[in-house]
Amino acid sequence: MAAYILKRLISAIPVLFGITLIVFLIMAMIPGDPATAILGAYATPENVAKINRDLGLDAPLFQRYFIWLGNLFTGDLGRSYSLNRPVLHEIIERFHATLVLAGSSFVLCAVFGILAGVVSAARQYGWADKAITFTVLIGISIPSFFLGMVMILVFAVRLRWFPVSGMYAIYGGGDILDLLRHLIMPALALAAVATGVVARMSRSAMLEVLRQDYIRTARAKGVKERKVILGHALSSAMVNIIPVLGIQAGFVLSGAVYIEMVFQWPGIGRMLVDAILKRDILLVQGGVVFVAACYVLFNIVVDVVQSLLDPRIKS
Amino acid sequence: MIQFLNLLFRNRLAGLGAGMLVLILLIALITPVLPLPDPNITATADRFMSPFSEGHLLGTDHLGRDLLSRLLSGTRLSLAVGVAAALIATVIGSSIGIVAGFLGGRTDNIIMRLVDMLMAFPYILLALAIVAALGPGLNNALIAVAAVNVPFFARNIRGVTVGLANKEFVDAARLNGMSNGQIIFSEILPNVLPVIVIAMSTTIGWMILETAGLSFLGLGSQPPQADLGSMLGEARAALITFPHTSVVPGIMIFLIVMSINLLGDGVRDAIDPRLKSGALSRPLPATIVERKEVPPTPDKDLLSLQELRTEFHVGERVYKAVGGVSLKVNKGECLGIIGESGSGKSVTALSVMGLVASPPGKIVGGTVSFQGKDLVGASYNELRSLRGDRVAYIFQDPLSTLHPLYTVGDQLIEAMQAHRSVPQKDAQARAVELLEAVRIPNAAQRVKNYPHEMSGGMRQRVSIAMALANEPDVIIADEPTTALDVTVQAQILSLLNDLRRERDLAIVFITHDFGVVAQLCDRVAVMYAGQIVEEGPTAAILDDPQHPYTKRLMACVPELGGGKRELHAIAGLPPAVDQLPQGCAFAARCEFAQEVCRQGGIMLEPKGERAVRCLFPVNADQIEVTL
Repeated sequence: MAAYILKRLISAIPVLFGITLIVFLIMAMIPGDPATAILGAYATPENVAKINRDLGLDAPLFQRYFIWLGNLFTGDLGRSYSLNRPVLHEIIERFHATLVLAGSSFVLCAVFGILAGVVSAARQYGWADKAITFTVLIGISIPSFFLGMVMILVFAVRLRWFPVSGMYAIYGGGDILDLLRHLIMPALALAAVATGVVARMSRSAMLEVLRQDYIRTARAKGVKERKVILGHALSSAMVNIIPVLGIQAGFVLSGAVYIEMVFQWPGIGRMLVDAILKRDILLVQGGVVFVAACYVLFNIVVDVVQSLLDPRIKS
Repeated sequence: MIQFLNLLFRNRLAGLGAGMLVLILLIALITPVLPLPDPNITATADRFMSPFSEGHLLGTDHLGRDLLSRLLSGTRLSLAVGVAAALIATVIGSSIGIVAGFLGGRTDNIIMRLVDMLMAFPYILLALAIVAALGPGLNNALIAVAAVNVPFFARNIRGVTVGLANKEFVDAARLNGMSNGQIIFSEILPNVLPVIVIAMSTTIGWMILETAGLSFLGLGSQPPQADLGSMLGEARAALITFPHTSVVPGIMIFLIVMSINLLGDGVRDAIDPRLKSGALSRPLPATIVERKEVPPTPDKDLLSLQELRTEFHVGERVYKAVGGVSLKVNKGECLGIIGESGSGKSVTALSVMGLVASPPGKIVGGTVSFQGKDLVGASYNELRSLRGDRVAYIFQDPLSTLHPLYTVGDQLIEAMQAHRSVPQKDAQARAVELLEAVRIPNAAQRVKNYPHEMSGGMRQRVSIAMALANEPDVIIADEPTTALDVTVQAQILSLLNDLRRERDLAIVFITHDFGVVAQLCDRVAVMYAGQIVEEGPTAAILDDPQHPYTKRLMACVPELGGGKRELHAIAGLPPAVDQLPQGCAFAARCEFAQEVCRQGGIMLEPKGERAVRCLFPVNADQIEVTL
């Protein structure tokens, strides 16, 4: 097991390098002079030169990449111009909020998606299947940002069940209950599409598995149907569902940007949008690399879980 | 093409999606000629008019602009941008995929590495990075959304192309002197196109949604120009006070994406042949029973089938897989059921415990009685409590019939615990005992193995051990040795025979091999086209087959040492069980068939211990097999 984890970690190294290179190259595509973009058209030549020096923009492209990469290793992602603080501090603070949001959405989409898929497959063509299929269709068609807005109108403004926006109440609050009250709507809105996708995939994976010979064997042994579905069939279907969960993790992690805008959630997505609009390149660069690297590491966890489940992978 | 459209519109939801989409597209097309106010003319005095106000059907927005007019022009823009992004992503992504898959080798390696890198990014994050570099704006949002979808197309299309690049027709084209470019356009592209269409139809909705999303964030279309996303983004500030300005564009995005999703699902189902004819329906826990006539009263024998009929209903067709089979087996007896594949022998066996896949299978008549109790009419719970406990199965090909993710020990333990509560420790000890009973060496270690870690013969022994777990009265073995080589086959057969003697088991043994029948079975029933054509003690039938089919079937068995006899395949094929002929089903292949054989049903005539379903039974020496 340890050997497998190590193998996967090592294989992630080139991917992580690739990510830094791609982000760097994308940022290098910025047309015109970044210094002018930051300072505006009326900047003095001295200030332009200073910024170019600060950003290391006077060096050739590949050299700049290695300087940036070297700084990355020491945890120095540079200083944000718009916020005037180290990029890394800002990212860590913001990422915490995104992780809370995306993490709960991920749990919701995994639990409810698989549950819906299993029920749907076990009751194929029954009313539960039809109701789930219909709900899923709506779930995957509704833009998350619109769903969030509708939820605010219904549950916060009309019914007053939840606060309209934010992560904590401004006065008082700050405890876990306060967080939960603020979290429920954005987490649900973010999870909707992912839940729909997971439900669809789980349904078809379960249908595929239920046709297998070993399911007939389990039934021929007299295993209870509940155990056939939740044990024999689901354990095999999980082999196909887990990769989909990995993709959905990336989806909720990056799709959080919309929900953070709608619910004024102080996460990294909103930080990125602000940084893009303010042309704060270092902040964008750092934020994108950080989130992408987290996603790569999360996918290793997914692979390890997969190998725990399927003994055929390691051999 | 016509067939494709038929399939597509047979799916009502896809039709609904197509209808909705066409309607939205039509409205978007004729928008410029509609008598609507300019979408960008502001009138601050008329801000936030509610829907159904005079002159403004959907009201006005925060700058007093007509919402209906803005909605329609926004829809035009969103559709145009989404479709453009989809087309760009499809063309570029598919081209990369085809080139990588077709050329293979280094090119493929480098391209796919890059694609993997790009796919390591969370999708929207990469789009944000690209917009950050290019700057906010609708064109840049379009480029970003197209770019992040390119790897998806490249990877999918490459996969399909790799499969095609090694096919014979590509080699043939190459031998004909076609260039790589010609082969790609004339041989590869037409075959890849359906996959491209599926990929595009399932992603175009996403791309419309993503561009709208970027606009919503303020990174796409810039004021005063507005697509649906930026309309929603601008309206957000007034969400609570004037919700209609948000709800109107939101619902439109929802309708567009839903109609595309519906249509996309329809296209995928129509193109993907695996999904045709409902092949993906899953079997129920027990076969559906729909007996039309009153079933015969159950028998007192250990296990007996009377006039059992099982059919498969696929669309309009009815396959009569088992057409009135009566059989019995007593304690310690081994009954062989022999026939060609498709003769209905396996379906007969599976019908006993309601294990015929259903849908499409159905038991439509007869009884199966076990110790005097009718199993066909039994509830699922009664069936389940007998399955594996009193009547156990051994199936063919244990690699697919054992669960791949459970150890063999756990599968054995489960077989016991399904019927009685056995403490885990005792169950484990018993699992080892069972493996020893089927002569698996080193059983204590082997219980921890997964099926894929064992050889075929070992796996088959495991499935026999599993059948023995609850000391059943009857074992139904469905071609348990077919997948094994001859020496292992002989071992398994003698093992089964020993177990039968030791435990006084009744065995129903299904096979297509007369050699196996001769070795193991006391009695044998020969099946053809869902019916028993001859039945009796094994020795008697082997000595003196009376049905021409039995005789021909035996002539197919090679004899060791004899060396002189010729082998004779039976000319022709068995009839399809959805188009059974009148009269004898074998008549078309039978050299003794006469006109009367083709009229009316022929009964299974009992003669002492034997029975034969033939008007002109043959005697042992009567036929000289001629070719």
